[in-house]
Amino acid sequence: MRTAARFSLSLGIVKLGAVTRFLLRVLGQTLPSLRDPRLTVEQIYNAGARSLVIIMLCGLFVGMVLGLQAYDLLARFGSESALGVAAALGLLRELGPVLTALLFAGRAGTALASEIGLMGATDQLTAMEMMAVDPVRYVVAPRFIGGFIAMPLLTAIFDCVGIYGTQLIGVAMMRIPAGTFWSQTVNAVALRDINEGFIKSIVFGVACSLVAVYEGYNSEPTAEGVGLATTRTVVTSAVLILFLDYILTAMFL
Amino acid sequence: MGWPATVRSRPAWSSRPLDDRVGRYPLSARPEDPGEPLINVQDVQYAIGSHTVFSGLNVRVAAGRITAIMGPSGTGKTTLLRLIMGQVLPQAGRITVFGEDIAALARPELYALRQRVGLLFQTGALLTGMSVFENVAFPVREHAKLPESVLRDLVLMKLQAVGLRGAADLMPAELSGGMSRRVALARAIVMDPEVLLYDEPFVGLDPISKGVILRLIQSLNRTLHITSVLVSHDVPEISAIADYTYLMSGGKVVAEGSPAQLKSDTSGVVQQFISGAPDGPVAFHYPAPDYFTQLLER
Repeated sequence: MRTAARFSLSLGIVKLGAVTRFLLRVLGQTLPSLRDPRLTVEQIYNAGARSLVIIMLCGLFVGMVLGLQAYDLLARFGSESALGVAAALGLLRELGPVLTALLFAGRAGTALASEIGLMGATDQLTAMEMMAVDPVRYVVAPRFIGGFIAMPLLTAIFDCVGIYGTQLIGVAMMRIPAGTFWSQTVNAVALRDINEGFIKSIVFGVACSLVAVYEGYNSEPTAEGVGLATTRTVVTSAVLILFLDYILTAMFL
Repeated sequence: MGWPATVRSRPAWSSRPLDDRVGRYPLSARPEDPGEPLINVQDVQYAIGSHTVFSGLNVRVAAGRITAIMGPSGTGKTTLLRLIMGQVLPQAGRITVFGEDIAALARPELYALRQRVGLLFQTGALLTGMSVFENVAFPVREHAKLPESVLRDLVLMKLQAVGLRGAADLMPAELSGGMSRRVALARAIVMDPEVLLYDEPFVGLDPISKGVILRLIQSLNRTLHITSVLVSHDVPEISAIADYTYLMSGGKVVAEGSPAQLKSDTSGVVQQFISGAPDGPVAFHYPAPDYFTQLLER
């Protein structure tokens, strides 16, 4: 039992070392890859713009559910007017970055991992190497940068749509005066709350993008290998997001 | 009459220093022995895990010739190309290309060397997100700053050479196997390499496509004086174009010489390979326990 645990621990350390080395290699190729900004812009579009529908749809429903649950809770204390504050703080500081990151891992992360994995399986990455083009510069770095630029933008959109969803429930359904709803929200939300969500979204963006490109780049060049890499991307990203969220929340409080 | 070796044409946009552009070898790495081959594989040993791929492999590729490397499937022919390109390193022995030890090169030097060597992949390995035109233009865009009009002409010329100028706007998914291979060939020659490595160029092609590829390899070698290394197990095709042939088996070279010399070789391995006999020194069956004993086992 103890041997197995020690073996798992050493495997974990080896993997952490490999990911760190990979991250350093990607960071080293970040500036060279930005010399052709078209590559990065394309990836911001792929990871960001193409995730907009799912992010906005989920943001709306999360905001509406939050509105219903928070209204029910606040009504017990006669504080329904604080619905906007509760929803805005919950979304900006916690739900927005975490749920956006989880959705990002499921949509853009899997797409990144499978795309890079398939490029490896069909010799496209090797072909680049043979043409003296570093695939880390041409393929990996733009996707990594695109991912972590897209994440805060998507989080901001998720937050806005989420607050709008809560407003639909609070103001349109539960008849809370719109003036009360918005004035309380604006007064209660501080720049610190927005910063907390912003920093979280950047950290999650780096983590999700790194996991996706690492798993894709290092996947076995087979159909099964690419499938496994895609699965590992979602699982690792989800666990990492929640773990990092705990650490960051503890730091901010 | 071809170009004299010292003024052999190199792309004008080559980033190598001037003194490096005037010969087959960079001046800094010009072999001391003028007879030294362009590619020299010396006593190479290579294993993947416990499986020995090469044990004491020796191959010499002379400049300007078509050298064929033949052998049964699984003898490591593709691995040899990966070793020559520095994608993997041998556990022992030495591989030199243009007189430079591949294992001693840092990544930038290795990339500089790879710009002088083209590799045609067995699968073509075209970049699926780009059109045929963009695939062929890709190495030039990455390594040279050419005006778009010049680049366009250059790419169209290379596509014309492989007969696919009309397919410039197609995507790789719209191409047949033979067309993919020809586009990959156009991409491999777009930087005017000094050496072209072909990995199983005839596999899975119909007779017409085979003939086209065969003719292209020959004409590239004769008109552009490109040194060619062909990895294949297609005996008739190799016999038609190769100047020198190596036959590999069991991790080493078992016979070498011109195709005619190999044909007249009486050794069992050579005759089995050339005649395509199912059994012989190269066993048809993978090592296994006795057939009947295994069937009767419960």
